Amino acid sequence: MKRAFAISAVFALGGCGGIQSAAGRDGMEGSLIGGLFEVFLWTTAAVYLFVLAYLAIALVRGRRHRREAAGLQGQPPPDADRKWRTGLIVFTGATALILAGLTIATWLTDRALAKAEQDSPVEIEVIGHQWWWEVRYDDPIPSRMVRTANELHLPVGRNARITLKSNDVIHSLWVPNLAGKQDLIPGRIADLVLHPERTGVFRAQCAEFCGLQHAKMALDVTVESEADFGRWKAAQLRPPPVPTGGGALAGYSLFQSRQCSSCHAIAGTPASGMVAPDLSHVASRRTIAAGTLPTTHANLAAWIDDPQAVKPGNNMPEVPLTEAELGAVTAYLETLK
Amino acid sequence: MKPEYDPDGYRRDGPDFTGEPLHAKLTETWRDGPGLLGWIRSVDHKSIGRRYLVTALVFLALGGVLAALMRLQLSGAEREIIGPDRYNQIFTMHGTTMMFLFAVPVMDAMAIYLVPLMIGTRNTAFPRLNAFSYWMYLAGGLLLWIAFVLNVGPDAGWFSYVPLAGPEFSPGKRIDVWAQMVTFTEVAALAVAVSLTATILKKRAPGMTLARMPLFVWSILVVSLMVIFSMPSVATASGLLLSDRLVGTQFYNSYEFGDSLLWQHLFWFFGHPEVYIIFLPAAGFVSEIVQAFTGRRTFGYTAIVLALIATGLLAFGLWVHHMFATGLPRLGYAFYTAASMAVSIPTGIQIFCWLATIWTGRPRFMVPLLWVVGFVVTFVIGGLSGVMLASVPIDLQVHDTYFVVAHFHYVLIGGAVFPLLGAITYWFPKFTGRMMSERLGKVGFWLSFLSFHATFFPMHIMGIEGMPRRIYTYPAGMGWETLNLISSLGAVVFATSVGIFVVNMLLSLRKGERAPDNPWNASGLEWATSSPPPPYNFAHLPIVQDHTPMWNDERPVAYGLRVEDREMLISTVIEAVPDVREPSPNPTAWPLIAAAASTVLFVASMFTPWAVVIGAVPVAAALIAWFWPKDMNHEGEPVIE
Amino acid sequence: MSSRCPVSLLFLLPLTLVACHRETRDYESDALLSNDRPVAFGANAYHLAQGQRLYAWMNCAGCHAHGGGGMGPPLRDDEWRYGGSMEQMVATILDGRPHGMPAFRDKITEDQAWQLATFVRAMSGRARQDMLAGRADEPANVEPLTLDSRKPVRRVTPKQDDATEE
Repeated sequence: MKRAFAISAVFALGGCGGIQSAAGRDGMEGSLIGGLFEVFLWTTAAVYLFVLAYLAIALVRGRRHRREAAGLQGQPPPDADRKWRTGLIVFTGATALILAGLTIATWLTDRALAKAEQDSPVEIEVIGHQWWWEVRYDDPIPSRMVRTANELHLPVGRNARITLKSNDVIHSLWVPNLAGKQDLIPGRIADLVLHPERTGVFRAQCAEFCGLQHAKMALDVTVESEADFGRWKAAQLRPPPVPTGGGALAGYSLFQSRQCSSCHAIAGTPASGMVAPDLSHVASRRTIAAGTLPTTHANLAAWIDDPQAVKPGNNMPEVPLTEAELGAVTAYLETLK
Repeated sequence: MKPEYDPDGYRRDGPDFTGEPLHAKLTETWRDGPGLLGWIRSVDHKSIGRRYLVTALVFLALGGVLAALMRLQLSGAEREIIGPDRYNQIFTMHGTTMMFLFAVPVMDAMAIYLVPLMIGTRNTAFPRLNAFSYWMYLAGGLLLWIAFVLNVGPDAGWFSYVPLAGPEFSPGKRIDVWAQMVTFTEVAALAVAVSLTATILKKRAPGMTLARMPLFVWSILVVSLMVIFSMPSVATASGLLLSDRLVGTQFYNSYEFGDSLLWQHLFWFFGHPEVYIIFLPAAGFVSEIVQAFTGRRTFGYTAIVLALIATGLLAFGLWVHHMFATGLPRLGYAFYTAASMAVSIPTGIQIFCWLATIWTGRPRFMVPLLWVVGFVVTFVIGGLSGVMLASVPIDLQVHDTYFVVAHFHYVLIGGAVFPLLGAITYWFPKFTGRMMSERLGKVGFWLSFLSFHATFFPMHIMGIEGMPRRIYTYPAGMGWETLNLISSLGAVVFATSVGIFVVNMLLSLRKGERAPDNPWNASGLEWATSSPPPPYNFAHLPIVQDHTPMWNDERPVAYGLRVEDREMLISTVIEAVPDVREPSPNPTAWPLIAAAASTVLFVASMFTPWAVVIGAVPVAAALIAWFWPKDMNHEGEPVIE
Repeated sequence: MSSRCPVSLLFLLPLTLVACHRETRDYESDALLSNDRPVAFGANAYHLAQGQRLYAWMNCAGCHAHGGGGMGPPLRDDEWRYGGSMEQMVATILDGRPHGMPAFRDKITEDQAWQLATFVRAMSGRARQDMLAGRADEPANVEPLTLDSRKPVRRVTPKQDDATEE
């Protein structure tokens, strides 16, 4: 049918599975949900085809009646509707059965999802801000806690339990390749469990309208082997070295003495602002400004020079810097790996 | 004394007083005054229904322009045509306009016009309340749109979640405008609902028992009761929001034992029945069109009535399915999954019955029936994607993505707008006395139908592919560009097709073929009078003996209503036995004055709480003048058989 | 896109000017370029809200509490040691003052200082009613600003240069 062709063409154009796609099914939850979706898709497609067939036959039969019995009107004889009444009851029963089946399938998926949250997970806390993500890796030993922003690193094959909090308005953390979403509601604490099954890089995005820059509040997700994860975490725990000379040292001084350190923090330096993303290892992130720009020298400079041009309405002010100062600060930030 | 005068000296219609002299007398009694003042003071349901319809269609056009702007911005990645602030206002205004200012009012419009005609009476039960409701609706719409033009348009979504819409994160008056507009439209809808409920239950023609009422009238009865139970919830929610913003109460402040989720519960307790309030009248349209264009009574009358009632009741038990991602207990969610699935059963029953009617009838494929076919093909997709959304795990993936956008446009446009356009085509001769162009109608239909799918089907995939809602732009390289472009191109064609429909309406108003009383050979009472109907609707009240009065050869009528004053017949609720004759109000400006006073009160109360106290005085004065007892020598009289 | 105030609505012009300016989300701080900064910042609800945010972010409450004062003087009353006009408050914030008010010149940008001044001015009831928020989403610590009465500026210690009063 023309429509079926159109549908599959649209699918092909859309491309299935990307770095931010529920069709990716790269996590356990995502796979379970994807499987359930397939059940629903085939069932509803079958129901739809049935309805279309019923409609088509009705139109054809009706048209034939019209040609045969032109001029009459009113209701058909009473007996003619009896088999239709039976049909109605059967149809209603079948609908109820199908829906009950889909409800049971849903319930079974829910149970499987709930059962999976048992073994020792990586404990992560994500706090939503307008318009960035504060990410903390909890640890029983306080000195081994990691604070970063706008990125998640997860070891493959192990659960990660993410505690969700919000600092201002309602946000929603959604990693479509791995799992469904969960809202971050101020005043409430919620949980999201991720169980990645494949390594790769993915992208998450805020999925609850949160104001001016809701569109540019994304998060880089990296799923890697246990060993790589350990290495990443160790690197995060090491404070970046203070530069010894050149532009980077000038940039370091500027960072500490000017507006930057009022809001941002860099481990191992006096800068300890808590209201903006932690920049201790910003150069090791794939993107800056919550997934808005890839981390390159030019982008860093453009962002610092005029944040309102990149992400209009966000809370980072335009700090007045000369060309030289901008170059220095950018050079310093690039050393923060 | 002439035979047409009764013992008390009042002229009444009868076998001796009929035809042209009766028409002249009744017209003099029931018509509006001349000119603009006459139009303002009108309490004629047809005049009010017409102005409701025109206003609602204007808001449809405005909302459509906003949609076109959104699709323009999203047609490619990282476009900078519209900035984030303006885009947030645009999508908020689009949703708010379509839901509050178009979808419900347009159904109200059709109901106000058609219900008295369909049940065989001269006006609604509370004509002045109808007039008042129109002015309140107009005031609310103007408030919102003038504010938008002045840069005070709301920008936190049509659903306005707190804390984003709260005092800290939405500075200025934008959200107050939104919240107060809700008050206006809620008052208007409640007024219409009360009026229509009373009309349907008490004003039916003799012999039109509840079991013989047209299906559209049943749908309006169910919808009116739904409005009465659901609208107060959103009015409460917006009232509490205004209070938090203006005087610093803590209803939605979780730091002071309030709760942001309170907003969501209150809003969606209204919001979910709202979509059925929009859909059920459209289902009523489909029942009527199918009956007229197949030449047989709609199959399964009882089943459809029960389905309407079941949908109306079940609709109140579903609202949490909008909150599946908020972290409420999973066991509770399971209940809402089951209920959300169950609500599709009554709708499925209706579809079965409609298709059975077509199968066993003799369908004429004129434009209204085409729209019904388009409705079935489209709405069922929307219903099935709704079944997917009812399942919590699936919803957790596609909630707040373009998948949901696709779903609700399929059910709202496919399920409400398509039947509406068919209904307007069907009843246009009755409203205006002219037929719409059949050829232009067919062109418009096919263009609309095909472009609708081109616009909205890709959105299902965009949602699954990770595109969230309410974003003013998206990065390049996500794989969303092609689908968005297709959708935007489809939107251009869809807008054009709606334009064609409007052009058809306007051209037909001037040059359409003149319509007889019953151009479609349909079965309802509204076709028993001229096109358009005279101010008094029916010269003699029809008596109804079955479901399809106009398909009988005999058309019995009842005599005895007064002719020189406005008088209507009240009948019993279930059996429609004539009971009492009641006076009906003359044209008056007090509804407008009361609405103006209420407008001042509501608008001023956005700025200071004192407005509620001070503004109540003119409102009270207007209401007292409105309800001041009229001369007492025209009381209700019992009916004498 | 700049503010949409269509010329055709001339009869709404006065309203236009008021509403448009109050509601403009001036995130590029075009108000800094204005000739009349006290009005450009002070009559804009967005800047007021940003000032409220910055008051929390910069921990002004550490000395001034939520306007009631502590180590620092109260900000909600009518006493102003160094002047209560917008320009004077901005100078206070950027350059600091004797007896403990730090200089924030290199800690916040100039437009942020103006935003803070807008908010501080609102704390003593001198902002226009329609710009104020009833409360913030936090534990209740002050009377709602919308219900507060206006406290005119009163200079407490005499100063050499002429101060403009409001």
